[in-house]
Amino acid sequence: MDLKEKLVSSFIAFENQVNIDSYVHDIRTEAIKNFENIGFPTKKNESWKYTSLKQVLDIDYSIFPSENTALDYSKIKKYLIDDIDSYKIIFVDGKYSSHLSETTHEGMDICLMSSALNKPKYAAVIENYFNKAIKKDGISDLNTAFSNEGAFIHIPKNKLVEKPIQIIHFSSGNESSLMLQPRNLIIVDENSQLQIIERHQNLTENEVLTNSVTEVFVNSKSIVDYYKIQNDNKQASLIDTTSIVQENNSICTLHTFSFGGKLTRNNLTFSQKGEHIESIMKGITIIEGKQHVDHNTLVNHIKPNCESHQDYKGIYDDRSTGVFNGTVVVEKEAQKTNAFQANNNILLSDKASINTKPQLEIFADDVKCSHGCTIGQLDKNALFYLKSRGIPEKEAKALLMYGFANNVLQSVRIPELKNRITNLIANKLGVNIGFNL
Amino acid sequence: MGKYTEDDLREELKTKEYEYGFYTDIESDTFPVGLNENIVKAISKKKEEPKWMTEWRLDAYREWEKMKEPDWANVNYAKPDFQAISYYSAPSNAPKYNDLSEVDPELLATFKKLGISIDEQKKLTGVAMDVVIDSVSVATTFKKTLSEKGIIFCSISEAIKNHPDLVKKYIGSVVPTKDNFYAALNSAVFSDGSFCYIPKGVRCPMELSTYFRINQAGTGQFERTLVIADEKSYVSYLEGCTAPSRDENQLHAAVVELIALDDSEIKYSTVQNWFPGSAEGKGGVFNFVTKRGICEKNAKISWTQVETGSAVTWKYPSCILKGDNSIGEFYSIAVTNNYQQADTGTKMIHIGKNTKSTIISKGISAGKSQNSYRGLVQINSKAENARNFSQCDSLLMGNECGAHTFPYIEAKNKTAQVEHEATTSKIGEDQIFYCNQRGIGTEKAIALIVNGFSKDVLNKLPMEFAVEAQKLLEISLEGSVG
Repeated sequence: MDLKEKLVSSFIAFENQVNIDSYVHDIRTEAIKNFENIGFPTKKNESWKYTSLKQVLDIDYSIFPSENTALDYSKIKKYLIDDIDSYKIIFVDGKYSSHLSETTHEGMDICLMSSALNKPKYAAVIENYFNKAIKKDGISDLNTAFSNEGAFIHIPKNKLVEKPIQIIHFSSGNESSLMLQPRNLIIVDENSQLQIIERHQNLTENEVLTNSVTEVFVNSKSIVDYYKIQNDNKQASLIDTTSIVQENNSICTLHTFSFGGKLTRNNLTFSQKGEHIESIMKGITIIEGKQHVDHNTLVNHIKPNCESHQDYKGIYDDRSTGVFNGTVVVEKEAQKTNAFQANNNILLSDKASINTKPQLEIFADDVKCSHGCTIGQLDKNALFYLKSRGIPEKEAKALLMYGFANNVLQSVRIPELKNRITNLIANKLGVNIGFNL
Repeated sequence: MGKYTEDDLREELKTKEYEYGFYTDIESDTFPVGLNENIVKAISKKKEEPKWMTEWRLDAYREWEKMKEPDWANVNYAKPDFQAISYYSAPSNAPKYNDLSEVDPELLATFKKLGISIDEQKKLTGVAMDVVIDSVSVATTFKKTLSEKGIIFCSISEAIKNHPDLVKKYIGSVVPTKDNFYAALNSAVFSDGSFCYIPKGVRCPMELSTYFRINQAGTGQFERTLVIADEKSYVSYLEGCTAPSRDENQLHAAVVELIALDDSEIKYSTVQNWFPGSAEGKGGVFNFVTKRGICEKNAKISWTQVETGSAVTWKYPSCILKGDNSIGEFYSIAVTNNYQQADTGTKMIHIGKNTKSTIISKGISAGKSQNSYRGLVQINSKAENARNFSQCDSLLMGNECGAHTFPYIEAKNKTAQVEHEATTSKIGEDQIFYCNQRGIGTEKAIALIVNGFSKDVLNKLPMEFAVEAQKLLEISLEGSVG
């Protein structure tokens, strides 16, 4: 039985665990039907041209982990940004771990999807927002069908959330192979601010496939910073679909740091529903081995006077492969749009490859849209300069690569996170640069 | 002069009719509509082709039958009914002329109306013309000069008869019969086209040129062009098209193959001005063309195109950079107006070491048209030190048109250097203001800006052609370009 059949047939078992007389369950039923029709995307699908899920889907995953696994804080501490005060929503094998987490209902809701789906007081919010931002395709329909757990965050008007929120999914390795489908819903009401750090971590060498879907609603005048850290081990694959809907005068920045994982696919969609919106996407990808990272972004400019800015840097070694597929759509009404897209890549090995496709689709005339994309090597002159001043080749290369990625790091607004990422990069490049960049 | 605004320009663009819309009444020898193996055989027989050619066509036809019409391009149109087209049409009395005076005067009049009369061309430019009206070569000039140098420049049907070895060796070697739907169709039913062979070490002394026109109503035109540049040779080949105004959609599915052997250079320039349809989007030519060239060691292929016509254009002149140190270039201006749709671009496949490619594409959209650039730059793992530079700029006029860019870049070698940049903009109010301030009227200013925008590409055209290209831009964006 292949994974698709297994998933479709286990939907009935899933129905036994959840409330089937609910608004959400109708959506789930429809979604599983869609998934049954469409199935997993293949390379024939234009947006999956360069990413094959075949080897990931060939594994016999358990869909429902059998029991709750308790993890000791000392074991997971290193995966947290632990030197800052933060809210934490932590899951182990898809189940909420209350003793590791720190949530709140005081003045705002930073809690769980399962409780939001089941408690009547959230019914109106769920009906308003749930599954409203996601484009219907096979892979997100699959998540919708099994949506039950994840983070639910609702920030009311005029609220500055002082502590960042860390959402972390661990796989304990209790199952020999596990498929996880977390579903997050984040709503930020008018004039509020929020910072989120998200991470998926496999703790053993057992295979894990995560099909995660996140919907973010950024209402007027709000500011949201979202950081995704993807530094998993070589047995973990991640398909992350994040859809962000923005209203008037809002700013949303999303950073993706892809440093590891067997296969990582990021589907990122921004829809600008109002005017004077800023959407910023930044990414650093540094991978080696046989890893594969695919960034698929879509920005929909619907209303006038908005901006979008994309900046993705990639460094690929060994047999790793990278994909960047960015689309900017400017609709007829979206005059005075300012859209910029850049994708810069360095290939370090002859076996590594990069496929990039920056796409513009423009229907309005008074716009400024540009994209640029480069593939190249480290500057030989710069390398010589550093070496002639006594810096060993390895360090010199690392310095240059760090410099290459640096402007993406500059916009990280949590200093502790920035340090952490800097160390991760130094680790990745195999050097101790000797100072904290 | 009254104030000439962009709105006026748009209005003019909307109402501008196709100037070259006329129809020459020449008795044509046309096949019954529809396509089957018998028609393919009949075409082959009509052309008195050898058996291997007939078989080659039939193979292509069988492949074509299995294929589906592609729909991935960013264009919308009513798919042509391939059984409602007549696949062969040739002017009925088609003797070979040695002298222009022998040519049907009505034909000459047609060319005069187009402003490209043969005698004028002969006098002014020294261009050898292989004139094609509805698929059959009618007159070939300057043949003698060429043959002294050993250059073969003739129609492809003559080449099949007289130079079967060359044709057999190279036809379908760059664009295989089953390459794509339209290439297969063309391979099965092509009626005529041009053949050109430049021998070793010869520099072709003149620009070679062919004019294609669709003349007979309801006849698809399937041209086949094969250009072979032997070692250390050079040729510049020009191709230009205009078509008379007809109401139903006409299909044009040509195949062009270029073979550049070691150290040779081919420059292939196109001015395309098929009937774009009326201002309401009625009629117009469907232009589905497969153009591809292969470069051996140190060879260079340069494609230059000015695309102003056709209701639907679907065209990707490509270079396979197989040999080390080979160079591919692509320069394009695509202008769309009214309801025209263009999906055009190039493919640069880097296989050899130290290969270089340059892509400059300029798109101008006006009216309700859609203009797309779609390109592929592929650096294979053996292509050490490959270098690519691409630039795609779009200019939008009015908010009812669209400009799109779909660049695919695939790099599999760490020494590759690839740069791609694209911009989309409109004619800035500040730019117009700057010109106005210096006493240049708005109309002139727009002309100036559009000209400047396309200059990079116009400069690449051979001189004689650049004039014609300017003329076409003028017609397509009447009132703005002087």
